[in-house]
Amino acid sequence: MEELANLFHGFAVALQPYNIMLMIIGITLGVIIGVLPGLGGANGVAILLPLTFSMPPTSAIIMLSCIYWGALFGGAITSILFNIPGEPWSVATTFDGYPMAQQGKPGEALTAAFTSSFVGALFAVIMITLVAPLVAGFALRFGPAEKFAVYFLAFCSFVGLSKEPPFKTIAAMMMGFALAAVGLDSITGQLRLTFGVTELLNGFDFLIAVIGLFGIGEILLTMEEGLAFRGGNASINLRVVLQTWRELPTYWMTSLRSCLIGCWMGVTPAGATPASFMSYGIAKRLARRGNNFGKGEIEGVIAPETAAHAAGTSALLPMLSLGVPGSPTAAVLLGGLLIWGLQPGPMLFVEQKEFVWGLIASMYLGNLAGLIVVLTCVPLFAAILRVPFGIIAPLILVLCAIGAYSVHNSTFDVMLMLVFGVLGYLLKKCNYPLAPLVLAIVLGDKAEEAFRQSLLGSQGSLGVFFSNGLVSTIMALGLVALFWSAIQEGYSRLRMSMA
Amino acid sequence: MKSFVLNVALAAMAMSCAGSTASFAAWEPVRPVEFIVPAGTGGGADQMARTIQGIVTKHNLMKQPLVVINKAGGAGGEGFLDVKTSSGNPHKIIITLSNLFTTPLATGIPFNWKDLTPVAMLALDEFVLWVNAEKPYTSVKDYVDAAKKAPSGSFKMGGTGSKQEDQIITVGIEKAIDAKFTYIPYKGGGEVAVQLVGNHVDSTVNNPIEAVAQWRGGKLRPLCVFDAQPMAYDEPIAEGKAWKDIPTCKSQGLAMEYLMLRGIFMSPKATKDQVEYYVELFKKVRATPEWQDFMKSGAFNTTFLTGADYAKWVEAEEKRHEGLMKEAGFLASN
Repeated sequence: MEELANLFHGFAVALQPYNIMLMIIGITLGVIIGVLPGLGGANGVAILLPLTFSMPPTSAIIMLSCIYWGALFGGAITSILFNIPGEPWSVATTFDGYPMAQQGKPGEALTAAFTSSFVGALFAVIMITLVAPLVAGFALRFGPAEKFAVYFLAFCSFVGLSKEPPFKTIAAMMMGFALAAVGLDSITGQLRLTFGVTELLNGFDFLIAVIGLFGIGEILLTMEEGLAFRGGNASINLRVVLQTWRELPTYWMTSLRSCLIGCWMGVTPAGATPASFMSYGIAKRLARRGNNFGKGEIEGVIAPETAAHAAGTSALLPMLSLGVPGSPTAAVLLGGLLIWGLQPGPMLFVEQKEFVWGLIASMYLGNLAGLIVVLTCVPLFAAILRVPFGIIAPLILVLCAIGAYSVHNSTFDVMLMLVFGVLGYLLKKCNYPLAPLVLAIVLGDKAEEAFRQSLLGSQGSLGVFFSNGLVSTIMALGLVALFWSAIQEGYSRLRMSMA
Repeated sequence: MKSFVLNVALAAMAMSCAGSTASFAAWEPVRPVEFIVPAGTGGGADQMARTIQGIVTKHNLMKQPLVVINKAGGAGGEGFLDVKTSSGNPHKIIITLSNLFTTPLATGIPFNWKDLTPVAMLALDEFVLWVNAEKPYTSVKDYVDAAKKAPSGSFKMGGTGSKQEDQIITVGIEKAIDAKFTYIPYKGGGEVAVQLVGNHVDSTVNNPIEAVAQWRGGKLRPLCVFDAQPMAYDEPIAEGKAWKDIPTCKSQGLAMEYLMLRGIFMSPKATKDQVEYYVELFKKVRATPEWQDFMKSGAFNTTFLTGADYAKWVEAEEKRHEGLMKEAGFLASN
């Protein structure tokens, strides 16, 4: 029970008026950062990091982690309203969130997204509070082979569980892998597919691709369909929040499953993006109304948002206890810790109790504050859709261009974004799913790296992916997910012949 | 009358020039200064740049803001090319690590450190040979014996990046002890240390700051440091041992030395005044207690060089890298 006493001490620290003020400032800044695509949590925290150097470390981390929570919340807003995911893990939220907004239910979608985020984060914080030391040790068992297995599972669950024609899914995914291969090959240190073009040294950044594919592509489609924003008749009062809340408890199963997926993926340093995709894919299969996924199903918003936030929050655990950041934003926070003279690692929980528990308490309070801030703004966000398309479309374009520029401060990226926009439009016209393409750009090089690291370690033997219980289990799950449809069909045939 | 005005103006200019040769520099930034980091956020160079930014802000050392920008593409090539093409722009400085040499040599991108204007060496980063604390080897000799006894290529060394400092040191060790390792590259130093804790690799050459937490937690054990003399810090870190107590690798029969540059360069065609301004700035940064703490936390070698001494050091180091990388077969083929 020493942990609980520590936690209450942490609450006392976090509830000092100065810290509460920083919390609210942090959340607001974070939401703004999250809304601007491209700026992103990691960049935002990095830019604001120096501001905090003159603060005491506990206050500083409270403010920075609140920016982080704010950005996580904010990412959902543009995904739902404009189909532009501001962060990799918001991509899956667009699948059902955007159709909901188009059907005049942006308020419901936003409320569901924010509330699920809160639930996911809360679940993860409780887990951190109760089982921190146990879970931290688990992350150590993840070598390259285990990491690859997790990525493999994410890809397989997407191909196997998707209702799209599998070959179109695979084709789109392969295109994503090809794009992900551009740039420096991290295993040999050679440049690949850059053709001597300096701008390609960086490879194709996920954010540029996604802003173009989704944001610009969507605007092109809307223009073709008659320059009108659907969803303009959205109800814009706070009652929609309460109505949605009444509906949410019926989806407790999806929430719980997504929380577990999220926590697991956050602690195994795979991160929030695979968590959100995997959770969406599994919910699509298992939900009662799974066939309607992609057409504006509220469960399709709940599943990825819950998982992404559970993962984003639990990713802080390996960072604090092992010094391994689970996400880019966590990496910047890690830099901050070192600057304040705190050494993340096994000793942090022993030597810096006040700091660690102050941070954990601020996770509870920061998420709660964040939920209140964003929920009260739901009508405001939803009202944006009432603005005529002729006014909002140029604004979105400008926002997209700023976002694409700010990723690497390069005008080349803005051009690239436009190219991706046209590509996104063409793919949509030909009914190729965009999600597997994006998934492959985000996780492609990480999966490749883990794969080749494993093979280096095993001297070329593929047996490494079945070399222990943990990795074999994950790989087997992946294979089951990949051939799910075939298995199901075989099973029903078997039953038929038995009968 | 006109010529009088001109004369006064000339005299004023002459005086300001004279002033610059005295203690303070005449040139000062007139707009925000971009501080390029040719590496990702959260890494060693990034931490150092952001610490400097914090110190400059806190102590009001500059009238204009210092803005840290990460340009990590192509193993830092993106950052170097950016500064190279900003010729004559004194509002751009860059912090370098060993990729100043290794990236152009390994990838063949059109860049050489001579394209930039050297400002100052801030510090040198140490490398330490680490093993998992559960392993039986407590000395370099035990370690070398074990590595030699293992089947060729089955002994795994984890490190940051490919064909960069960690792998160069690995090849150096292989040569020195006549054994064959398998080198596995990871993205960041913290990840490498954790892979060693999880026993996914057999040893690493992490920088002190990357592995110190795991040493203090009793998970890792340092065997030796790749420097000519032991590190200077005598405060106990773990098990009553200090950085100072780690022997040099050479003294333990492993003849390999390597230190990594943490230095500052600026864009091409900078004037003497402009270089002088930044040199003075970094002298002030080095004098702050925050910087001293930072140096201590990462057990840095605090050598400070400027001007011709600095350029000479960099030149010698470039030759050494070229030699080491040629022997290892790391040079770009084109």
